[in-house]
Amino acid sequence: MRYSAFSIFKQALAGNLGWKPAWREPQPKPHYDVIIVGGGGHGLATAYYLAKEFGVRNIAVVEKGYLGSGNVGRNTTIVRSNYMLPGNEPFYEFSLKLWEGLEQELNYNVMLSQRGIISLYHNDSQRDHYTRRGNAMMMEGVAAEQLDRDTLKKMLPFLNFDHARFPIIGGLLQKRAGTARHDAVAWGFARGADRLGVDLIQNCEVTGIRRESGVVTGVETTKGFIGCNKLALAAAGNTSRVGEMAGLKLPIESHVLQAFVTEGLKPCIDHVITYGAGHFYISQSDKGGLVFGAEIDGYSSYAQRGNLATAEHVMEEGVTMIPGLSRVRVLRAWGGVMDMSMDGSPIIDRTPIDNLYLNCGWCYGGFKATPASGFCFAYLIAKGESHHVARALRLDRFERGFPIDEAGVGTQPNLH
Amino acid sequence: MTAFRLAAGGLVDRSQTVPFSFDGARLSGHAGDTLASALLANDRLLVGRSFKYHRPRGIVTAGPAEPNALVTVGSGARRDPNTKATVAELYDGLTATSQNRWPSLSWDIGAVNNLMSRFLSAGFYYKTFMWPAAFWEKVYEPLIRHAAGLGRTDLPRDPDGYEKSWAHCDLLVVGSGPAGLAAALVAARSGLRVILAEQDFALGGALLSETTRLDGEPPVVFARRVIEELQANPNVTLLARTTVFGWYDDNVFGAVERVQKHSAVVDAARPVERLWRIVAKHAVLATGAEERPLVFGGNDRPGVMTASAVSAYANRFGVAVGKSVAVFTNGSSGYRTARDLTSQGIEIAAVIDTRTNAADTAPDGVRLIRGGSVVDTKGRQRLRAIVTDRGGFEELLACDAVAMSGGWSPVIHLACQRGGKPVWSEALQAFMAPEVGAGLVIAGAAAGHYRLSECVEDGARKASAVVEALGHSVAGFDRPAVGEEVDPSFTALWHVPGAKSKAFVDFQNDVHTKDLGLAVREGFGHVEHAKRYTTGGMATDQGKLGNINAIGILAAMRGVSPADVGTTTFRPFYTPVSFGALAGTSVDEHAMPTRRSPLHGWAARNGAVFIDAGLWYRSSWFPKEGEKTWRDSVDREVRTVRENAGLCDVSTLGKIEVFGPDAAEFLNRLYCNPVLKLPIGKARYGLMLREDGMVYDDGTVSRLGEAHFLVTTTTAMAGGVLSHMEFATQVLWPDLRVRFLSVSDQWAQMSIAGPKARTILQAVVEDDLSDAAVPFLAAREVRLKGNLKARLFRISFSGELAYELAVPAGHGEAAADALMRAGQPHGLCAYGVEALNVLRIEKGHVTHAELDGRVTPDDAGLGRMMGSAKHDFIGKRLSTRFGLTAADRAQLVGLKALEADKDFRAGAHLLKDGAKPSTLNDQGWVSSACFSPTLGGHIALAFLKSGRERYGEKIVVWDQLRGVETMAEVCNPVFVDPENRKLMA
Amino acid sequence: MASLIPCPHCGTRPRQEFSVRGDATPVRPAPMAADEVWNDYMHVRANPRGRIREHWQHIAGCRRWLVVERDNFTHEVFSVSDASLEQGGAR
Repeated sequence: MRYSAFSIFKQALAGNLGWKPAWREPQPKPHYDVIIVGGGGHGLATAYYLAKEFGVRNIAVVEKGYLGSGNVGRNTTIVRSNYMLPGNEPFYEFSLKLWEGLEQELNYNVMLSQRGIISLYHNDSQRDHYTRRGNAMMMEGVAAEQLDRDTLKKMLPFLNFDHARFPIIGGLLQKRAGTARHDAVAWGFARGADRLGVDLIQNCEVTGIRRESGVVTGVETTKGFIGCNKLALAAAGNTSRVGEMAGLKLPIESHVLQAFVTEGLKPCIDHVITYGAGHFYISQSDKGGLVFGAEIDGYSSYAQRGNLATAEHVMEEGVTMIPGLSRVRVLRAWGGVMDMSMDGSPIIDRTPIDNLYLNCGWCYGGFKATPASGFCFAYLIAKGESHHVARALRLDRFERGFPIDEAGVGTQPNLH
Repeated sequence: MTAFRLAAGGLVDRSQTVPFSFDGARLSGHAGDTLASALLANDRLLVGRSFKYHRPRGIVTAGPAEPNALVTVGSGARRDPNTKATVAELYDGLTATSQNRWPSLSWDIGAVNNLMSRFLSAGFYYKTFMWPAAFWEKVYEPLIRHAAGLGRTDLPRDPDGYEKSWAHCDLLVVGSGPAGLAAALVAARSGLRVILAEQDFALGGALLSETTRLDGEPPVVFARRVIEELQANPNVTLLARTTVFGWYDDNVFGAVERVQKHSAVVDAARPVERLWRIVAKHAVLATGAEERPLVFGGNDRPGVMTASAVSAYANRFGVAVGKSVAVFTNGSSGYRTARDLTSQGIEIAAVIDTRTNAADTAPDGVRLIRGGSVVDTKGRQRLRAIVTDRGGFEELLACDAVAMSGGWSPVIHLACQRGGKPVWSEALQAFMAPEVGAGLVIAGAAAGHYRLSECVEDGARKASAVVEALGHSVAGFDRPAVGEEVDPSFTALWHVPGAKSKAFVDFQNDVHTKDLGLAVREGFGHVEHAKRYTTGGMATDQGKLGNINAIGILAAMRGVSPADVGTTTFRPFYTPVSFGALAGTSVDEHAMPTRRSPLHGWAARNGAVFIDAGLWYRSSWFPKEGEKTWRDSVDREVRTVRENAGLCDVSTLGKIEVFGPDAAEFLNRLYCNPVLKLPIGKARYGLMLREDGMVYDDGTVSRLGEAHFLVTTTTAMAGGVLSHMEFATQVLWPDLRVRFLSVSDQWAQMSIAGPKARTILQAVVEDDLSDAAVPFLAAREVRLKGNLKARLFRISFSGELAYELAVPAGHGEAAADALMRAGQPHGLCAYGVEALNVLRIEKGHVTHAELDGRVTPDDAGLGRMMGSAKHDFIGKRLSTRFGLTAADRAQLVGLKALEADKDFRAGAHLLKDGAKPSTLNDQGWVSSACFSPTLGGHIALAFLKSGRERYGEKIVVWDQLRGVETMAEVCNPVFVDPENRKLMA
Repeated sequence: MASLIPCPHCGTRPRQEFSVRGDATPVRPAPMAADEVWNDYMHVRANPRGRIREHWQHIAGCRRWLVVERDNFTHEVFSVSDASLEQGGAR
């Protein structure tokens, strides 16, 4: 059923008893044209675009938990395209453009809120770095603005201007960046895919990948064998485990990233703000909670929980950047398992195994990529070649020497 | 009037009157009150507004699970929004303000949402606000944002301080109720080091509001006796006002102690809150059980409270929550509250028991309605009456408070924070803590032992097991004789059928039964989906009261057991913790350590402007009188160095001394250029790669002896390079006989550069400094006049005749001062890192502005340094990858401005003349730029695709961020003295 | 592990004193080993869930590189040893 103010009015008068399920709960069919492993944002978006844009209708998404149970439901909801390197920037800008039409596309309010992201910098070399980044964005046609200290003081008077160990000297603003309601993105794509006939199969864990003469023919699952012509992995932090079932070893390490939310407050922080003297970033949700995080805990982890030392460090950065956070109380901490790649950039590519496709390496930036990741992955699966904005996101770029290393720190995943 | 202070009773100190204010009204309570009990004593039932519908809300609990009574405590910069009145300790001068209402608490315009509520069902916002597209952000979202949120803050600077501590113990006991006290006592008597943490300001837990007898005395007497014994035991630390909020790996607990949150006057010498990181060999969780609300129509009316809260207010605080209280229960606990109240002379309107054939008996003269239920409540901002239903017969029953008892849920939060999933107990109709190993055991009501005697016994038993596990012998403890006990059994009832109005499950977020029904209908029946779709359990109380009922309702709707529904994930923090407590002293200027060069005083005396560079403060330029801008100073310093000489502090460079028979071999593997044959007494520029073939750092390698080297690193990478070297020697090549040590802090180092450098330096050095004696790249020990041993390196970053002189750090300023005196007749000036930067750009030398981690030696024009004949070095093997040797890689070039009035800035990009800006057309970027006083124009170092083939090309320097485009000529990056004549002079 | 690490030289110390590098399993190949071998060493990780070996450095203590053998789901530590003493480890 179509969602609108009218449908809400009509259903409300009927006691809200007439709403239909947002998606079916199908049993798996014996065979699909495409099976997507992972019912998170990327997997669901892939299914949606495969069905919508590329005419593939016989699709299943298999998810070991509930839809959206992975990182799409445990991130800090930031959407932006302020990248520097040519391998990344066009892709993320393509994604942001998809975001901008997503609500109408999906008939689902994902609450995209283009509040602007401000990346603070604290010394000349950081300023130079952000200048290079801002100009790289503008080369791609993405608007960016440099804000000086006085402008920032007027816009964000609560920042630490007077007693900072590392004084704020300016910031880079991308006005079109912002936040979106994370769960709604998963649900919107899920509902959209379902309406196009995609089978969304929850509580269905992949336990094996069947190959015949080296070619993938289907997956063993907790709901039995399901055959397919093409198998697409969108399993984020669990990529290595699923890949291993097909004998794939990947340039991925799984790490935990913590995120936090405070008690609800009346609006006090308008933008998304990132700290240049640390990794802290913060925004305020429509519900009023301040949503924030910083760096990953740093060690290999498959546990969706972090440790206190990192949490303390995040808070230290927070009050250093915004002293007035001191009396604000943090309500909840949670953790997501990140598929950290060797250069901090993602992979959307075929694999050495026929009919097996790979989407991974999102590190802690996967949420903003959701629509483009889905679109480009669908493009690859349907056409057998990379979409032009995803051409650099190859699996073999490491051995061939084409890393996309935004941080410039090399092949140590926990530094990205 | 409804609620009032009883004439006698309770633990509050009636001799002490404590004035406070609420929404501007001056009120008073007693010492020992919470804000909530004091508000009730003043008949303030309405304390807040709900999140979504702005419904009037009153106090529901007497503890940390409170969903409704959130107020802002304090004023000005000491405002604490969203403070739970039920745990806030009353103090003299406390000011509290209600939240989320406008214009006032009793008349809140936001309550219009309540009238619209059927259009605002769960998740309605996902289905609308999409047309017209631009309206979401311009109209709808701002409205929602302003309506949402709870307390208000302008994020003022916090005047108070915080601190952090580690604590270690054999046994941590969380909770000081009967089980916790018994556990602590047994452990303490048995010789264990014990920490007892209690979130309340008073120790005793449930014993503080219990009316039975222990050894014939009030339970509080027993509690005090135990506490006194614990206090006297040096092995015991009692932490009241301390909430254990998290259980982390290795049995480390996070706790926050509210040191001065209960006083209007704050002692600035002490923190207001202290974060404890408690390393516990064992822990006993004695956190009690939470009483469940009943989900019935109108259950959110101010005056409806949990029965245990009603008892606590009467017994502990001497406050009657109403004059005529109806008890609504599905178990025996409600009867206890009825007895507590009647014994205090408070009227019971009726006891309504949902069970038809329970054996419990109501107090004499109290009406008992068995098999009945409450289906609605009446009143506006306070309860006036309830509608009861028995067998279809409704009755309006006047009362001004309802004590509801929906059964009990053990508080197992901490035990489930590390991945363990709660286990459903059919017998107890509750989720119990999973087995989580010997480090953490659950005791008392938290383990489902609800009777007082069981709590004491269980606490003692669990502590005894810990004592034995630690190899001590268990000391005796005589169990107190417990008087009349309540068996708090109940028959679970997730929601009361027949509700005539909204029956709330999550009070704060306004989630009612129909929202859950809608969630299930729309396919959001999974407990996580239901939570996220309805927002049930996502409020500041994190569903401490409501989640269990939501799970029960979902189970019933889906036709499964609560075990199949399961819980949402328990995560830190048990109750919210301030940023301040978690940040401790790492604030403002103290966020990170400050490092000062041993020449800092010299630089300051010479008028330096300092700038932070990592942790360091470095002298950036030395303004002289009459110089108006930094450029004036820097230009002069550069000219002076090129014409005469300058002195610059380079002490912040990393310095690592390397020894051992394999030192040369080690460094040969560490640097990409050859080191093995470096002669003694010579220095060499060194380039270090990462294993992926990209440049990691650069510096100098000096050989001071056959098996003795000194290497320098850049300031920024000093720590990283040391760690990298340790990895190489400890992990990659542990067989190499080499040892090294950072001596960065032991030496003050200064660069003396310029044509007159030798003359000036010779004035303070005993040894002969002639070119023959100290040629370019010499590295040797010298003796300064006055007999100070120093190290001298003839190396140059500026391109001038230059030396770096290193003296023991404590002699740095004296040496620099001596050089300044010696140099004065020769026009020597002090110069800072800004001039140094200009000098090195002019000479085409790279820094980390160029070496940004994505650059190969060849990109930086240093490809010839690679020791291709070497068997192995870090970065060798992967440097030959296709992508690292591609012909179109960006290479280091120089740029000369062609338009005199336009400058360059680092970060600009490069475009072919006439090309359209696009990522595809991007030709590279400017890494460093400056005005060159030597050349009289703007110059830059840049990375340009195939740049070394493009000298002479005119190119667009594209800085759209500043709105500047300018033409430049591509050239060799060495602008000054390419033949190195000055260097070799 | 995530709160405390038993350093074989300094005793049990808080995690804040240590830095972590990553998987300790890959062994640096011989300089002339095949491209695939070097690619595996540099870029490919088994990344299993469960028992792993990881390189940590006691950066604010003895500064020794350690091999921490632990479970990356439960964070239980099985052993911590000095990396230079590893037999057949990352040599």
